[in-house]
Amino acid sequence: MGKSTSISVHHVTRVEGHGNIVVDLKDGTLTRCELQIVESPRFFEALLKDRPHDEAPRITCRICGICSVGHATAAIHAVEAALGIAPGPKTRALRRLNMCGEWLQSHVLHAYFLVAPDLFHAPSVIPLATTHPEIVRRALRLKGLANEICYAISGRHVMPISYLPGGMGHWPSAAALEVLHARLVAARADVEATVELFAPIEWPDFSQEIEALAALEEDGAYPMMGGPIHSSRGKVFAPGAYREASAEHIVDHSAAKHTRGADGPVRVGALARFQLAHERLGPAARQAAAALNLSPATRNPFHYTPAQVVESVQAFEEAITLTELLLGDPSPEERAPVTRPRGGVGVGLAEVPRGTLIHDYEIGSDGRIVRANCVIPTAQNLAAIEADMRAFVPALVARPKDEITRAMEMLVRAYDPCISCAVHLLDVSFVGQGHDGGAAGPESPTAGGRG
Amino acid sequence: MASPTPTPAPRALPKAAFFSFASCEGCQLQVLSIEDQFLTLLGAIEIVNFREAIDDRRDDYDIAFIEGSLVRPEDIEEIQQIRKRARILIAIGACACLGGVNAIRNKRSPAGLAREVYEGRQDGVFKTLSEASPVRSVVQVDYEIRGCPIDRDELLESLRSLLAGTVPYVPPYAVCVQCTMRGTPCMLERGLPCVGSVARAGCEAICPAFGAPCEACRGIHDSPNFEALGEAFFRHGLPRYVAAEKLQLFNNYRELREPWEKALPSPSIT
Repeated sequence: MGKSTSISVHHVTRVEGHGNIVVDLKDGTLTRCELQIVESPRFFEALLKDRPHDEAPRITCRICGICSVGHATAAIHAVEAALGIAPGPKTRALRRLNMCGEWLQSHVLHAYFLVAPDLFHAPSVIPLATTHPEIVRRALRLKGLANEICYAISGRHVMPISYLPGGMGHWPSAAALEVLHARLVAARADVEATVELFAPIEWPDFSQEIEALAALEEDGAYPMMGGPIHSSRGKVFAPGAYREASAEHIVDHSAAKHTRGADGPVRVGALARFQLAHERLGPAARQAAAALNLSPATRNPFHYTPAQVVESVQAFEEAITLTELLLGDPSPEERAPVTRPRGGVGVGLAEVPRGTLIHDYEIGSDGRIVRANCVIPTAQNLAAIEADMRAFVPALVARPKDEITRAMEMLVRAYDPCISCAVHLLDVSFVGQGHDGGAAGPESPTAGGRG
Repeated sequence: MASPTPTPAPRALPKAAFFSFASCEGCQLQVLSIEDQFLTLLGAIEIVNFREAIDDRRDDYDIAFIEGSLVRPEDIEEIQQIRKRARILIAIGACACLGGVNAIRNKRSPAGLAREVYEGRQDGVFKTLSEASPVRSVVQVDYEIRGCPIDRDELLESLRSLLAGTVPYVPPYAVCVQCTMRGTPCMLERGLPCVGSVARAGCEAICPAFGAPCEACRGIHDSPNFEALGEAFFRHGLPRYVAAEKLQLFNNYRELREPWEKALPSPSIT
């Protein structure tokens, strides 16, 4: 007789937004395996309709507090594409520096605050403050540093302010850049210690080949500021053809749309970027990958976290280089002019911490937004997360229910899903027949809790 | 030994819980962003429910922090439960205090919105109230910490005063006051649609300093003159209805909308 188990984790913790995991095993056969997205719908695409185009970065950054610089970046790219605006090199450097701040902030938050508690068998970062104070203090210092970058450039990290079509509404002074540079250089030991912390971790052994996507910049830089979408299947899609790379569709159990690639689920984010663009990493990030034993051949989703650590090193080193570049000529750059005042369609991409973010706007001749579509990295990853859950559960069937639950939560968390973004949504739920003979229905909200 | 310290205090710490309704969770992130003060905060309050960061979920809290606006029928029931359990209920951020950006849609029908964004689906997952609403439209709110997002220093200051048993200070005057003090050139005089003259201060006028007009994310101050705002827009070459369009961004919940709707021409956007 096979085993029947029903797992239901209501509102997965330590992820951004509200989601449930539902796993149903009947006589050893997996009958249901879903990541239900239950975040409240907020209708951002509809909110943008008829709004003046310059508001787009300020409205869409409110889709998500963690990815707000990423949304502002994709939004300004879409506006500039629609209006034929080509910002100058210093503006592009300043915006990239701000993205380095967001990558560092988001990756550090995920690795230290959300994943590390699993590694130290703690329910949250809070007990770690007592058991491992030096680790928590380091995480807070690095997060603080990442925030400093964004404060200097866009006033704050959550809801960045200064994104204007063609330029930036604020230029950091030479003195501010010097302070930032000194703080960055002084933090190198913390970045190296982060690599050392995660290097000895044995990640769960699991692997599944899934198509990887990332928008690669045409100048050979590590993917961050958008470009044609490259697939691990060898295909390349122009930004305007994003629907061919990643097509949105609606599923019943999710307020977040799913997307699928040419032959099924796709992975985006740190692991996909590392797979497709590891050759573009700088020397320090390559050394980190070697220390973390992370190979571009890996197809293990638990490796999202070490890939984020590698990218933290990359973002940190780039932040130093970009600050030096901007210090070389700290005078503000003029905003670039509109060359297509009658408007049109513009697709803007950015590689945000969780993957390829796509904003697609149509702007009318009155400068107002006629139509908007936002394709979110977590929405693109949802099908892959479910495919990985389906592939991973059979290997765990013999284990106690608590362990299966914990493994499912860790798997979902590995992708660092950003549910606010995806609905513009996490909970785990094993429903159906319990192996203890329990009745159908979601279990108590603490069913998936650890500790 | 009454003062909170990072070491275990001899007396029981007030228990705090964080709840999130429709929002970007950016205000919770601001709580995590107090970095150097975070460990001190942990010495002053015990966090018993904070889904974004911890696994524990307990219902024995004294202080409830609410982020986000109420948009689904079940939100109403949940906030009422929280109100029953909490001794002090604090709304944080524009979504919870005002309705915020979620309320931009408030004059449109939920069915029409679902048609636009989710191909018409309006089942259990997507069921929404006709208006995105601030927390105080449903339950009594004891304190509000304003802003989109909340300011981390202001959050700490508010917690300090609450723990000391005093009421956190909310400036009653306009963003223009702080903008002038900061020395930022006037946005309206540069032809930009700024509503700072009716907007509640407390933000140090950060948006104009970073190149964007004020959009009143902290709500309206105690004595606004919307007619004068429309006049000022007109004098600087901006149609009066544009002032109304700007106020739609954060202050579009019914009760907040009514005063400016009477004084200004209708916005071109529904």
